[in-house]
Amino acid sequence: MRRPGRSGMKKILLALVGLAVVASLVVTAVRRSDAGPKPIEALRATYRTKTKPSVDHALFAQLKGPFAKPQLVTAACISCHNGRHTEVMASSHWNWERIEYVEGKGIRAIGKKNVLNNFCIGVAGSQQSCDKCHAGYGWADSSFDFEDPLNVDCLACHDNGGTYAKKVGGAGMPADGLDLALVAQKVGRPQRTNCGTCHFLGGGGNNVKHGDLEMAQFDTTRDVDVHMGTDGADMSCVDCHKAEKHQMLGKAYSLSSMNRNRVACESCHGAVPHEDDLLNQHGYKVACQTCHIPEYAKVNATKMRWDWSTAGKLKDGKPYEEEDGQGNHAYMSIKGSFVWAKNVKPEYAWFDGTASHHLLGEKFDPSRPLVLNTLYGAYDEPDAKIIPLKVHRARQIYDTKNLMLIQPKLFSATPGDGGYWGDFDWNTAAAAGMREVGLPYSGSYGFAETEMNWPLNHMVAPKGKAVSCEECHTREGGRLASVGGFYMPGRDRSTWLDGLGKLLLLGTLAGVVVHGGARFWFWRRRQGGM
Amino acid sequence: MHREYVYPAFGRFWHWAQSFLILFLAVTGFEIHGSLRFFGYEQAVRFHNGAAWSFLVLIAFAIFWHFTTDEWRQYVPTWENLRAQAEYYLFGIFQDAPHPTQKTRQRKLNPLQKIVYAGLKLFVLPLVWISGLLYMFYRYPQKYEVLALDVSALQPIALAHTVGAFALLCFLVAHLYLTTTGHTLTSNLKAMVTGWEEMHGDEPHAAVEPAFAPIRDAAAQSASQAR
Repeated sequence: MRRPGRSGMKKILLALVGLAVVASLVVTAVRRSDAGPKPIEALRATYRTKTKPSVDHALFAQLKGPFAKPQLVTAACISCHNGRHTEVMASSHWNWERIEYVEGKGIRAIGKKNVLNNFCIGVAGSQQSCDKCHAGYGWADSSFDFEDPLNVDCLACHDNGGTYAKKVGGAGMPADGLDLALVAQKVGRPQRTNCGTCHFLGGGGNNVKHGDLEMAQFDTTRDVDVHMGTDGADMSCVDCHKAEKHQMLGKAYSLSSMNRNRVACESCHGAVPHEDDLLNQHGYKVACQTCHIPEYAKVNATKMRWDWSTAGKLKDGKPYEEEDGQGNHAYMSIKGSFVWAKNVKPEYAWFDGTASHHLLGEKFDPSRPLVLNTLYGAYDEPDAKIIPLKVHRARQIYDTKNLMLIQPKLFSATPGDGGYWGDFDWNTAAAAGMREVGLPYSGSYGFAETEMNWPLNHMVAPKGKAVSCEECHTREGGRLASVGGFYMPGRDRSTWLDGLGKLLLLGTLAGVVVHGGARFWFWRRRQGGM
Repeated sequence: MHREYVYPAFGRFWHWAQSFLILFLAVTGFEIHGSLRFFGYEQAVRFHNGAAWSFLVLIAFAIFWHFTTDEWRQYVPTWENLRAQAEYYLFGIFQDAPHPTQKTRQRKLNPLQKIVYAGLKLFVLPLVWISGLLYMFYRYPQKYEVLALDVSALQPIALAHTVGAFALLCFLVAHLYLTTTGHTLTSNLKAMVTGWEEMHGDEPHAAVEPAFAPIRDAAAQSASQAR
């Protein structure tokens, strides 16, 4: 037998290489076609198809009306949807508190009912005004019966006709002159108007609190909110904030403490949504929102600072308001001074999904800004990721002797009841509010600097507008300049190592110049000497 | 003056491919480091990773070549002529003294080069490769199964990579300068392009044919001749 010669070997090798190339091409082609349609397109198709209600409530005899009072509508609802009221009555939309484990403070019932914020501070003493957004009827004071199912307001969340409204200062009762039967006949799955009426207007005006949730999102573009844009996926709130037995998914860390029931981008988009693995790897430590929400308050301004200490100035004995150049309130006698901002770049922080809250009655050190909701997290914690935040800063009233934040009574139903918005007297407002929550008031007050952290989750930008690499991976002034605990290429370095490296490099260059110069000099001397 | 065939074809290819890759990796790498701006961060990362993989493939071939041809023996450090070589660079070179080491196909490196290149191949380049691979593959927190790669911080990896980068830059500067120390300013450079180098003095050996000639065979031949 003859062994293959040199040229025979070459042919075999060439054939093998050719085969390998063809095989790899086939494998890539097959893998591409295996991938099928991109999931993002499938998702878009899912949400573009709007489901129609399976029943027409207008045909039900129970809802013919007329209803003399809203509680009778609730009774009619329960007569078919029996038992559903118990689900609502177990939810935080009804209780305005829930049992949470707060690190360092144990298991506590906390919520809008008893946690202070640095906007309108707290509901106690002002229920008649604040409870316009309570999913119930008549919570005017602490005597409200949370056990009465007829007080559940089904319509606030389920009115699909767009006619339902709650009365201003009416403790959650419907506005006067509504045809409740007409409203009841047009109920259905909650729409963005149902949720937005409260969640877009929290804090006493449009976009005051969240910064990424505002009236523009009733009807907006993909550019503002890629999910809610009516020119795009046109998703409503409950498409993500899904509910099981009236328990909604989603957490607002202004009130929540535990890492549970959260809405996650990953539940639709998966943990590896990018084609580029380098981007997917960022997901280990960077939340989706960090790159995909480059700015918030894109249409209307949001409140960045609230200074209560300037409140109470009157003109001719009457409260007044002033506007900044952009049509936002810069000053209100009843609330103080504000700073607003539009198209705001978020601040960033490590967050592991757990938070702590400054609770009513706790003492604090007024010489430093008090963080009302501390977000936990650090690079070393496996679950922690960098998230974008709106930080709202304020100066709010506190007891200078007891070193305690004060819950003032703000809303005033009748002159002389202590409500600050009627009487403009901090002392009586503080006394009335603290009496309501069962805490002492020393009689002397001041104003302390406070901060609140609002994680941003909405106003996700189209992918072309996501934060670019350079905005974080840059030596100075990057978006993550103040987020520490880890080494980020492009931002971080060891200054002494870089210094040493440069020194070594310059030393080498100097050596080359000296050695080369000497060679040249000796060469010239030899030339001259010849 | 005579000509000597010093650098075979693959060696030259490897040298130039490696030199361009290292230059490109230096530019993109120092952009990622934040020292300069040229491609933009995103492109710099992509190019750096692409070039790194090309470098590793090239290195795999080069290692194979070094062992199959016994070329690796060229890099074994020696005391012989080491002092003479150092004295040449410190003094003799200025007086136009002859090179203490004659360059041949079998001995392409002088004793100082042997030490420096061995150090480069055994320490500096592996430092850059290993820290570079860790840079690409470390995960924190570990989500897949390779727990051994669960490095909790990028910092030591990045700093090691930076050390390697500075060392290579210094080498590059010195190396470029030392190419001018041959028979003429450019004779070393020309040799690395053509394989043939112009030498001082008369021919000490017959020029080796530019054919595939493993060092081992040549070494054995010269050994038997000496006997």
